[in-house]
Amino acid sequence: MTSADTKSRLMNVGGVQLEVDIRGSGAPLLLLSSEDQLENHLPFVDALAKTRQVIIPSPPGFGHSPRPDWMTNVDDIAYVYLDLIEAMKLKSTDILGFSLGGWIAAEMATKDDSLIGKLVLVDAYGVKIGGPFDVDIEDMWTQHPDKVATWKWHDAAKGKRDFAAMSDDQLTVVAQNIETFARFCWEPYMHNPKLKRRLHRIKTPTLVIWGANDGLTKPAYGKAYAELIPGAKFETIASAGHFPHIEQPDAFMKTLNGFLA
Amino acid sequence: MQAWFFTEMPYPHLPPMEDMSTMRVSLASKHFDPKVGADLYNRYLDEYMIADDLGLNMVLNEHHQTATCMDTCVPLTAAILARQTSKGRICILGNPIANRGDPIRIAEEMAMIDCISRGRLDAGFVRGVPYEVFAANSNPTQTVERLWEGIDLCIKAWTTTDGPFNFEGQFTHRRAVNIWPRPLQSPHPQVWITGSSDLDNIKRAASRGITFATFLQPHTKVKWMFDAYRSAHVDTGMPDGGGTSYMPLVFVGDNMEEAEKGAKALTWYLDAKTEPQYRNPPGYVPVDFNVAALKGTFTGRTEAMRKQSIEYLKDQGVLIYGTPDVVVKQIKRLYELTGGLDNLLMMMQAGFLDHASTVKNMTLFAKEVYPQIRDLPRSQPLNAKAAAE
Repeated sequence: MTSADTKSRLMNVGGVQLEVDIRGSGAPLLLLSSEDQLENHLPFVDALAKTRQVIIPSPPGFGHSPRPDWMTNVDDIAYVYLDLIEAMKLKSTDILGFSLGGWIAAEMATKDDSLIGKLVLVDAYGVKIGGPFDVDIEDMWTQHPDKVATWKWHDAAKGKRDFAAMSDDQLTVVAQNIETFARFCWEPYMHNPKLKRRLHRIKTPTLVIWGANDGLTKPAYGKAYAELIPGAKFETIASAGHFPHIEQPDAFMKTLNGFLA
Repeated sequence: MQAWFFTEMPYPHLPPMEDMSTMRVSLASKHFDPKVGADLYNRYLDEYMIADDLGLNMVLNEHHQTATCMDTCVPLTAAILARQTSKGRICILGNPIANRGDPIRIAEEMAMIDCISRGRLDAGFVRGVPYEVFAANSNPTQTVERLWEGIDLCIKAWTTTDGPFNFEGQFTHRRAVNIWPRPLQSPHPQVWITGSSDLDNIKRAASRGITFATFLQPHTKVKWMFDAYRSAHVDTGMPDGGGTSYMPLVFVGDNMEEAEKGAKALTWYLDAKTEPQYRNPPGYVPVDFNVAALKGTFTGRTEAMRKQSIEYLKDQGVLIYGTPDVVVKQIKRLYELTGGLDNLLMMMQAGFLDHASTVKNMTLFAKEVYPQIRDLPRSQPLNAKAAAE
C-alpha cells in the first residue's frame, strides 16, 4: 500500500508483507514504534529524518501489515525485521525501539547484531527479572483503563486519544493493533522467558532510556534490564512515564543525540 | 419444543451492589462464606432433581471467579445429576473447551457422564464469555479457533474405536489417543454450541448438525441468528438433527403480582456488574466490532440489558413472566417472532429468588405451561436444498 502523506509501502520480506514508512536520507535508523504506534507522526521523527534515513516498519498485524497465522510471538517479528535489514541492504543500522518496539530490537540484537550500529531501548518490555509471584510489568489487561493510564503517563491527560476524530481506517488500525498486541504478548505476559539468557550476546553499543515515572515498567525494571546487556548505559528522563519521548521530547532528544552522535 | 430448567447457581449474599465495582474476576473471595455456599450448592442440586421429577430437562454451565455462578466445574455437577436423576436430559452448556484446553480429558469426562446417566447427556461446547479469558489466562484473540479444534478432536476421540491415533494441531498435541470409556450414545452425544453474533460460526454449527443456543438477546437478534442457522442446516442424521435454542428468564406465578415479584428477582442476573476491561478483552470480538466500540456504538450484549424495566425485557423476549396462560402466550409469541424454537432453556432461578419460589415457578411451568407448548413443531431448515449443495 502506498499512501501519499506517509510514503509508506508494502514490502515483501521473506514471504511476509510489511508496511514500511521511509523518511529522509542519510545513515539508516530503524525506528520500532510502540504497540500503539504513537510515534509515527511525532515532530521528533521529522527532526531525525533531517539527517538520517528513518525506516518505520509496522510489525505483522500492526498498522497495515497483514498478520500471517503462523506468527505467534515477538521472536517471529525479530526474524522478519532482520530479513528487512538484509532485504534493504542496510549496514550499521542504528535501532531505536519504544516499548514493544524496544523488546523487538533487543530480540534482534541477540540473534544477529552484525548489521546493527547502535541500539536504543526506551521503556522496553521483554525480560522477566523477578520470581513467579513478582509483578515485573503491571497487568494492563486486568485493571481499569483509568488506572492503566496513570501507570503509562506522568500526566495522564497526555494519553487521551480522540477516537471521535479518527477515520474508519485509523480506527481499524487502532483496533487491529490492540488485538495483535494481545495475540503476541498475552502469555508469557510481555516477556520471552529465554531473552534474559540471551542478552549477553549483544555486542552493540546500547543505551537504555526510561521514564522516571513509568508505573507500567518501573525504572528498577529498566535498570535491571540494562544490566543484562554488556556495557549498556541506563538513563532516566524526569517527569515522564512510559513514553518519555512524548512527555519530554526535548530532554529525550538531548539524551538520544548524545548517544547516537 | 423441549423445556430445560437452569440456574447459574449464584452466590447473591454480597456487599451492596453500589459498593462493588465488579462481581466478576476480581471480587475478593472473603465475600464468599463457605457455610452459606455449602447450603446453596445442595439447594441448587435439589432444584435440578425436582426439575427432573417434574419432567423437565436440565441445563448446566460453569464460570470462574464470579459471584454470579458457583459452578466452576460443570462435569462435576453433571456427574452428580447423572447419578441422582433418572429421566430428563442433562445438557452441559457448555464445556469451556477454548479456555480449558485438554479436549481429550473433556471427551473422557463426557463419555463417563453419558454412561452413568445411561445416555442422557447432551455435550455442549462454548468459547467462553469475555471475562472468562482472565481466570483461564487464555489468549482472547483465538478463542474461536481453539473452540473448533477442541470440538473436532473431542468428536474424533469419541468416534475412534479401533485403537490409538496421534494429533498435532495448532493448540493441542496428543499421542496414542484411545479413550476408555466411550460414550453410550452412538456415534456420540448430541453436540451443542452457543453464539451471540458470529454468523459464520452459527452456519458452521448448523452444517454439522450441531444444536445452536443463544441467551438473553432481543428477539430480533435471536431470529437473525436462527435464520442463519436454518439457512445452513443440513440434517446429518444426528439425534434430532440439531436445533435452535434460546434462554430467557422465566417466572410463572399464580397471579400477576406474584409473577412480577419473581420476574424482578430474576433480573438480578442482568444487573450484575463487571468492570469494563473484563467486558471486552483485546481481540475477543472481531476488529469491526471494536471499531464500533471505539465509536461508542457497541456496548455488548449484557450492558444493553442492564437496569431495564421488566416490561421492556418482556417485550424483547428476554424475560417471560405471568400466570400460566400469559406465559404460554409469551412463549408462543417468542416462537413466532424467532421463526421457530426447539429448545426453551429457562433461567428460572437467579439472585435471591428462594427455594420455595423457584420450586413453585418450575412446578407451575411443568404442570400448566409445558403441556400447552410441548407440541409446537420443530423449526424447519430454510433453503435446505441449497444448503445441502
